[in-house]
Amino acid sequence: MTLTVSNLTVHHGAICAVNQVSLTVPAGKLAAIIGSNGAGKTTLLRTLSGLKHPTQGEISWNGENIVGTKPEMLVRRGISHVGEGKSVVPELTVKENLELGAIWRRNNQESKESIENVVSIFPRLGERINQRSDTLSGGERQMLAIGRAIMSKPQLLLLDEPSLGLAPLVVEQIFQTIRDLTNSMNLTVLLVEQNAMGALKIADLGIVLNLGSVAVAGSASALIDDPAVRSAYLGY
Amino acid sequence: MDFLNTLLIGITAGSIYSLMAISMVLVWRSTRVVNFAQAGMALLSTYFGFEAVTKLGSFWIALPVAMVGGALVAALVEMILIRLLVKHSSSGPIAGVAPIIATLGLLGVIRASTSMIWGGQDVRIVGPVSNDGYTINGTTLVFSPLKLLILLTVLVLMLILSLVFQKTNIGLALRASAYSPEIARLSGIKVDWVRTLGWALAGAAGAVAGMFQTVNGNGTLSPDSIEFSLLLVSGFIAAVIGGLDSLIGAVIGGLVLGLMISFVLMYISSGLFFIAPFVILLLVLFIRPQGIFGAKAARRA
Repeated sequence: MTLTVSNLTVHHGAICAVNQVSLTVPAGKLAAIIGSNGAGKTTLLRTLSGLKHPTQGEISWNGENIVGTKPEMLVRRGISHVGEGKSVVPELTVKENLELGAIWRRNNQESKESIENVVSIFPRLGERINQRSDTLSGGERQMLAIGRAIMSKPQLLLLDEPSLGLAPLVVEQIFQTIRDLTNSMNLTVLLVEQNAMGALKIADLGIVLNLGSVAVAGSASALIDDPAVRSAYLGY
Repeated sequence: MDFLNTLLIGITAGSIYSLMAISMVLVWRSTRVVNFAQAGMALLSTYFGFEAVTKLGSFWIALPVAMVGGALVAALVEMILIRLLVKHSSSGPIAGVAPIIATLGLLGVIRASTSMIWGGQDVRIVGPVSNDGYTINGTTLVFSPLKLLILLTVLVLMLILSLVFQKTNIGLALRASAYSPEIARLSGIKVDWVRTLGWALAGAAGAVAGMFQTVNGNGTLSPDSIEFSLLLVSGFIAAVIGGLDSLIGAVIGGLVLGLMISFVLMYISSGLFFIAPFVILLLVLFIRPQGIFGAKAARRA
């Protein structure tokens, strides 16, 4: 299923955070959105998952315009959003956070099987299954956030800076997992990242946002080789 | 014997305060509103209970009638009043307080309505069992079969509530929506409805508190009843003692408050009846403003 965004504009009050953005992510592809702080990456993602309303433009998912659909309904249509900064409920246990991801299905048997699936992907979560999630390390919390998202069996996964505040080794592991999940679950993924190099390395497509607009878009490998992108975002 | 008496009376009164505190906490957790109309809603529910007792003759049918009535009233208040106020007052200096002030207005409206419908006169609700104290070795206690029954009923209701919260999907949705509404929505939970449900549960808990407060007192009910003013104040204080965010905190807060009042009245002076709860509130606010339970730890339950 394809995600197509056309001429999307989003405002924070008077400030235009996303300006006339158009992009397409074909089914089963991983697209990295990179750009500096304040480029509108998070706002774009929050608009895609229904948390924020656009001023104008269209978001087409699976051929239907989803602008105006509430986030709780978009989950039912296969869109899962992992928010910025380890999107887990700290007061709940690991197991409860995972159950949360499948709660709308109202099928406890299916939920149980999905938990087993997540634990097979992230064995560390299995070891800590009954612990409160605020006792987890940053990396484990990010695994839990991704685990919660895939509990709902999504087709489109929106990830907001999963590498934020994590040690380099953990970042590498998280990125690898995201790539593996994309392939094994046949997901369409939109990955927002400040860690441009890490994200582009695992991505199929790259999109550079600058001041709310698309500056460069193309295949991830082409972006890595683009001298302008290299000097501005990859730092060499 | 005095000690045992004081202890048991304190626990019984405290269990009713706990229920009231639970209803304040449920509302606070679902919408971040301190509901000053909670006692008014409990009053109205108790009048529903009074009607049921009068027409159907059984306290045990009247209690669930009051609970359902209380739940419906609370759900309607949330859907019609609070939801709109929270949405429309999302900015400006009035934003945070508009819903809270509205609950004060609502308290007045409910009181006035009940006196219009049922008149200013006292009405009576007779408890299901005797409120005459037990006699042990020739000494008569204040603790009675009715008080024992109240205590057991509150205990059972709390057990059910805690099972619902800890073991069911609805409980998980209630907790997730309270702690992280955004993550709850992204997980597919219809948070608006969960909020309404939180209010409904609060309304039902308040109804039980109102019914028991009435029969545990002198059995009379009126729109200006002092019992209900005390119920509002005590429920609020108990909730604050417990940290306002925690159900277990609310239970413990209610019991602590009930015991403290009971012992102060017994061993210091019975003239302190109306001062003791407020002094306790001020002490808690000064010494431990986050409540007995720490802010974080309290959110566990």
